Amino acid sequence: MARYILQRLGYMILTLFLIATFSFFLMKMLPGSPLSSEQKVTEAQREIILEKYGLNDPVPVQYARYMGNLLQGDLGVSFQLKNQPVTDILLSRIPISAQLGLYALLIGTVLGMLLGLIAAIKNNSWVDYSANIVSVIGISIPSFIFAGLMQYYVGVKLGLLPIAFWGTWQQAVMPTIALAIFPMAIGARFMRTEMIEVLGSDFIVTARAKGLNNTGILFKHGLRNALIPLVTVMGPMAVSLMTGTLVIEQIFSIPGIGEQFVSSVMTDDFAIIMGTTLFFAFFFVLIILIVDLLYGIIDPRIRLAGGKD
Amino acid sequence: MSQEKLLEVTNLKQHFKTGRHSVVKAVDGITFDIYQGETFGLVGESGCGKSTTGRSIIRLYNATDGDVKFKGEDVHGKKSKAELKKFNQKMQMIFQDPYASLNPRMTVLDIIAEGLDVHGLTSNNAERKARVEDLLERVGLNKEHANRYPHEFSGGQRQRIGIARALAVDPEFIIADEPISALDVSIQAQVVNLLKDLQREHGYTYLFIAHDLSMVKYISDRIGVMYFGKMVELADSDELYKNPVHPYTKSLLSAIPLPDPDYERNRVRTSYDPAQHDSSEEPEFREIRPKHWVLCTTKEFEAYKLELND
Repeated sequence: MARYILQRLGYMILTLFLIATFSFFLMKMLPGSPLSSEQKVTEAQREIILEKYGLNDPVPVQYARYMGNLLQGDLGVSFQLKNQPVTDILLSRIPISAQLGLYALLIGTVLGMLLGLIAAIKNNSWVDYSANIVSVIGISIPSFIFAGLMQYYVGVKLGLLPIAFWGTWQQAVMPTIALAIFPMAIGARFMRTEMIEVLGSDFIVTARAKGLNNTGILFKHGLRNALIPLVTVMGPMAVSLMTGTLVIEQIFSIPGIGEQFVSSVMTDDFAIIMGTTLFFAFFFVLIILIVDLLYGIIDPRIRLAGGKD
Repeated sequence: MSQEKLLEVTNLKQHFKTGRHSVVKAVDGITFDIYQGETFGLVGESGCGKSTTGRSIIRLYNATDGDVKFKGEDVHGKKSKAELKKFNQKMQMIFQDPYASLNPRMTVLDIIAEGLDVHGLTSNNAERKARVEDLLERVGLNKEHANRYPHEFSGGQRQRIGIARALAVDPEFIIADEPISALDVSIQAQVVNLLKDLQREHGYTYLFIAHDLSMVKYISDRIGVMYFGKMVELADSDELYKNPVHPYTKSLLSAIPLPDPDYERNRVRTSYDPAQHDSSEEPEFREIRPKHWVLCTTKEFEAYKLELND
């Protein structure tokens, strides 16, 4: 097992290296520079700045320097935000996004699983149909519509909750709900389909013949077997939720990483874009590793070589 | 063999709704008894209701109509949970497909011990484990197998696990629902012999459901033949093989191949046509000889009797 994890870590580093390389060159191919929007800069000042940040050097040289710094954990400095190190900016914003995403993921998944479970037990009844309608709505209507509706009715009309910013728990309620709807809908759909299939399999009949009651059958035999596909979709969803959601953070003015990403793209703030991309990539490969390890725990048939036998 | 009735099935019916107006009569009023310590074979073609009968007896389905009595106690009447549980412990089932009937996410230990847990038969972990290891050895596996998962075993081994699982709660009556039809022929013999050995040692009573007639004859004391939800003939197995009366039984027996080229060359398959029956009245289950029952009308009854006496 330890060997497998080590091997996977090796691949992770290789993946990250390739992603860093690709995005660096892609970034260089983009037209424009961080200075193009600054009108007040004279030709001479521009030269000085370009020289200072090494932007006049040939691209391979810049690449070598960037990768060298990266190895030392230095992601460079922001052009837009007065020379702040990118690392500091990321570190101040990631926890907010991660917190929001985690809430949404937990609430969405748990509610979704419950909804799917109930729908599967009451298969083809009005409960099932209503659960299905709820999940179709959740999947097909984008989160910003829910966000806008909530802001208007709950925030402005009823005045129950603050409509923006981040800090108190009241401020977290609406963005969390808006974000949680999608994972809830997906979770419910997967849970329902899988559960119906599992409950129809022979070993459920065996369990019933053993004398196990319905609750026992559902949780002990049903749930565990239905979890695999759910873990497969929820892993990547965890990444996209916890690495900052561009739209929701913008709507609620939450100072998360998604909001930063958008404004950096607008201003061609190349170091921050690179830093954020690398962070996303790192988080993604990490979650995939965790998901793969989880498979082995949930389903012994996909347990990996070298596991306990 | 004692002649004490262990299980009495009276007029058991199991109908399934398949649509608004259509009903499948999977089991349509069958009656038979199973005696303590015997093996009762139930044969018939696919879809004739053999498995449904087994599953209705053990209450995996709620019967549409009819009575099932186990040791004189009604099984299908309203019962408290505790009574049901007790009954459940006395009656266990071995399933057809050893690949699908074991939960792939559980170790063999947990699969076998689950019955023990449900009925609270062991008080601590060590006892639980010892019990499972004992069961594994009883069905011809090693105790080292306890911590493995079902997918690590072959079909025959899995069926042994299925048997150990059924035996775990110390049942008296075991319904074996085609326990060998998913296995290789060489493994079939092993499993059937295992079932026989266990019966000799522990005095289990079996309801053995199968469509392989030669295997059923080998293991059963008495055999019931089912056709389209009805029991058409019931007799001791030797009697049934020597003197089949009902045309469907004859047809079934004529279909058994033997590893004998001379016999095979001359074997004539008699096919069964339900339309050949006398339709002047509803057929009834009648005793044509002591302990030999056939589903027939009065007219057919006389004809069959003549035929037997020839």
